Amino acid sequence: MRRLDLKLALLVSAIAAVGFAAQAEERYGIGQPATQAEIAGWNIDIGRDGSNLPPGSGSVERGRVVFSEQCVACHGDNGQGGIGDRLVGGQGTLASAKPIRTVGSYWPYAPTLFDYIRRAMPQNAPQSLSNEDVYAVSAYILSLNGIVPQDAVLDAKSLAAIKMPNRDGFVSDPRPDVHDH
Amino acid sequence: MSEQTTDKRVREASRRHFLQAGAALAGGSAVAGLGGSGALAESGNNLPPNVPEWMKAPGAPMGSQPYGAPSTYEKGVIKNISKTLPQYISASGRTPLQDLDGIITPNGLFYERHHGGVPTIDPAEHRLMLHGMVDRPLVFTMDDIRRFPSQSRIHFLECSGNPVYTKPYGKTASDLVGLLSCAEWTGVPLKTVLNEAGLQAGAKWIVAEGADAAALTRSIPIEKCLDDAMLVYSQNGERLRPQQGYPLRLLVPGFEGNMNVKWLRRLKVVAEPVYSREETSKYTDPMPDGTAREFTFYMEAKSIITRPSGGQKLTAKGFQEITGIAWSGHGKIKRVEVSVDDGESWQDATLQEPVLTRALTRFRLPWHWDGTPAVIQSRAIDETGYVQPTLAELVAVRGVNSFYHNNAIWPWRIDANGEVSNAQA
Repeated sequence: MRRLDLKLALLVSAIAAVGFAAQAEERYGIGQPATQAEIAGWNIDIGRDGSNLPPGSGSVERGRVVFSEQCVACHGDNGQGGIGDRLVGGQGTLASAKPIRTVGSYWPYAPTLFDYIRRAMPQNAPQSLSNEDVYAVSAYILSLNGIVPQDAVLDAKSLAAIKMPNRDGFVSDPRPDVHDH
Repeated sequence: MSEQTTDKRVREASRRHFLQAGAALAGGSAVAGLGGSGALAESGNNLPPNVPEWMKAPGAPMGSQPYGAPSTYEKGVIKNISKTLPQYISASGRTPLQDLDGIITPNGLFYERHHGGVPTIDPAEHRLMLHGMVDRPLVFTMDDIRRFPSQSRIHFLECSGNPVYTKPYGKTASDLVGLLSCAEWTGVPLKTVLNEAGLQAGAKWIVAEGADAAALTRSIPIEKCLDDAMLVYSQNGERLRPQQGYPLRLLVPGFEGNMNVKWLRRLKVVAEPVYSREETSKYTDPMPDGTAREFTFYMEAKSIITRPSGGQKLTAKGFQEITGIAWSGHGKIKRVEVSVDDGESWQDATLQEPVLTRALTRFRLPWHWDGTPAVIQSRAIDETGYVQPTLAELVAVRGVNSFYHNNAIWPWRIDANGEVSNAQA
């Protein structure tokens, strides 16, 4: 009796700890264990707090060179936009009739700028830039927006410490927001 | 007869057939404004009492189309892709809704949205990695994924920017809401695969990442992952098309299109969203006060009349069937109301069975057009009781720069000549 109670208690606490009914399902034994090396190669997402940012650093000065070589064709000489999104300016326009959404005016977290540039840019050769050059071009775009000084050198710690102008500009979904006729 | 000779005959026969059809197309002229599926001018030679020429000789032999294609007379029914996009790598193409019947979108006409082009993925070298807050991080081959118990379900997919709130509004149903399609999807419930790895306490979100050149990334709430989310490998009975994520995509029914991550390579179980570019700088909904709504997942109830609709023409007074489609990310469509008097009065349309959860529902209303100008429109009501709003109602709350999740009623104007146009354009 005591034993059964103990078993039951263990089972209950195990279910509670996991918290999802799905855990009670049968397992099929399909799939291979993912190795640490496999995970390390693909685990590229960066948290908004800068978690998972790689070692290395990059300067605004180096970023200017990378930008001129890799980015201006789509984003313009000064990040004013073209085939690609506008990256610069627009601060103070979000509540106006013609809001301008850029890295400077809209993007909420600096570390995810690194994330996006590394995973998706340049559009013709994503994941081709070194981590140092991704830091550098992130620093350059932030400097064009007046968010870091022109002599800035960014690494994991300093990138995570930046407070973007629009960090607090997002609200949760309140819909349904339009009611019956 | 050798195989080679047979092949050659097949090729020649199909070439002849193609040339005949092409000549007929070139010689005919489409009825004005009727989109791609317009009838051709009649020569009279094939009409009664004459015997049609296609009865006087054998048709194309078996094997002339190893993978079938529509009639050459339907070659105008294609995806609606703007010729003036700034670029075609991160771009979208629309389903020609006004040319389709029923609720299932043919795979070749399914709408497309890519953020880094369409990758060519060898399924033998594609892997799905499942890691993060799990007991057993796992890697799956496509063979592995197909070994799991499978499931097929019919669901719509809709892009969140379908359409925007500002002019110029589109001319046709496809221009307006053509970033919408519906298919039967086959795959494995995501929760089955998650169970294989074992979720840890505190797992609240799953970051899904594509194997495309954008490595597109979205965070999906765990509740959705354990509800009706699927890992999909087939669409309408055949393997996914490359444009739809071959060999594997995520399906989160009723959620905005970009969350249904294509070419899925990685699922990372986490405690909080990753706040990727796509869920912060891109797919967020700006409001007039300068804030923006984030994590606006659901596509709310919506409908549109597809016939008669913009760009078409009524050719005769009298009976005209009004038909269209309705859908809701929150569940089943309960009712569709149609107005033929510019919103003065509304009547219930008939819903075609089956009426499915988070799927397109076809509606119909018989109508007699008296030849005078009219404004027709539909509004959907879903099983939650939500009523599709007007554009004015949406704009009053969201302004004109909100960009995404515009589910407004779209009225069509029919003039005395029978020409149909966008009444709000």
